Amino acid sequence: MSYPLFFVLAALSIISAAGVVLTRHPVRSAMCLVVTLFLLAVVFVFLDADFVAALQVVVYAGAILVVFLFVIMLLNLERDEPETHSQRRTFTGLTVTCLLALALLYLLRQSGTVLPGPGMNTAVPPGFGSIEAVGLRLFTHYLLQFEITGLLMLAGVIGAVVLAKRKVS
Amino acid sequence: MVPTTYYIGLSTILFTIGTMGVLLRRNAIVMFLSIELMLNAANLAFVAFARQLASIDGQVIVFFVMTVAAAEAAVGLAIIIAVFRHRRTINTDELRLLRW
Repeated sequence: MSYPLFFVLAALSIISAAGVVLTRHPVRSAMCLVVTLFLLAVVFVFLDADFVAALQVVVYAGAILVVFLFVIMLLNLERDEPETHSQRRTFTGLTVTCLLALALLYLLRQSGTVLPGPGMNTAVPPGFGSIEAVGLRLFTHYLLQFEITGLLMLAGVIGAVVLAKRKVS
Repeated sequence: MVPTTYYIGLSTILFTIGTMGVLLRRNAIVMFLSIELMLNAANLAFVAFARQLASIDGQVIVFFVMTVAAAEAAVGLAIIIAVFRHRRTINTDELRLLRW
C-alpha cells in the first residue's frame, strides 16, 4: 500500500474509532464502529488477507454489530446516558490509558527495525490469504482448535438463550 | 510499500482508544463496543505480521479471534439484557453490589 493511501485510511479509522468512544449516543457509537470495521477491511485487502477482509465485513459488520444494534434498540437506550462523571475515575482512566500508550509505543520503537521474516516488499506466494489457503491451514494444522471453536459457539448460544430467557422474579 | 511498523502503530492507537472507552465510559454497551475495537486492533496486528512473515497462520488466528468475539458478544449482550430487566439500567456506576 502506498503511503498516502495508508495515512488516509489510518486517519479515517482513528477518527471513527474515537467516535465510538466519544459520542454519547450508543447507536452512533455502533455506527462509528461499523465504519472502523469497514476501513480495517480495506487495510486487510491491501495486506493480502482477502478472506479475512470478507469475514470482517460479513461476520463483524454484518452479524456482530447487528446484534449490538438489536440490543440497543431492544433496551430503548435512545436518551443520553446521565454519565456520572467522577473526576477521580476520569483521571485514573486517562492515566492508565496514557501509561498503556507509552508502554506500547516504547515497545514499538524498541522493535521497530528488527522485525523477522521476508517483509512487506517481497511478493507473497500466489493465493496467499485466499479461502483455499486459510481453509487448508485451518482444517489440517488447526483442526482440533477449529473443533473447540464449534464447542465455544455452542456454549455461547446456550448461554445467551438461558440468560436472556430468564423470567423476572 | 508501507513498513509493518506503521500497521502495528495504527493497531496500537486503535487498541489504546478501545482501552480508553472501556475505562472512561459507563454505558455497558459502549464498553462492549470498545472491547470489539480492541479485538480488531489485535486482528490488524495479526494480519500485518502474517504479511510480514508471509505465513498464513496469522490470518487463521484472526478467524479464531472473530469466533471468540462473536461468542463473547452473544453472551455479554444476554447478560446486559438480564441486568437491564432487573435494574432498569446498564450504567455500570449503578451496579455496585460487588464493589467495595
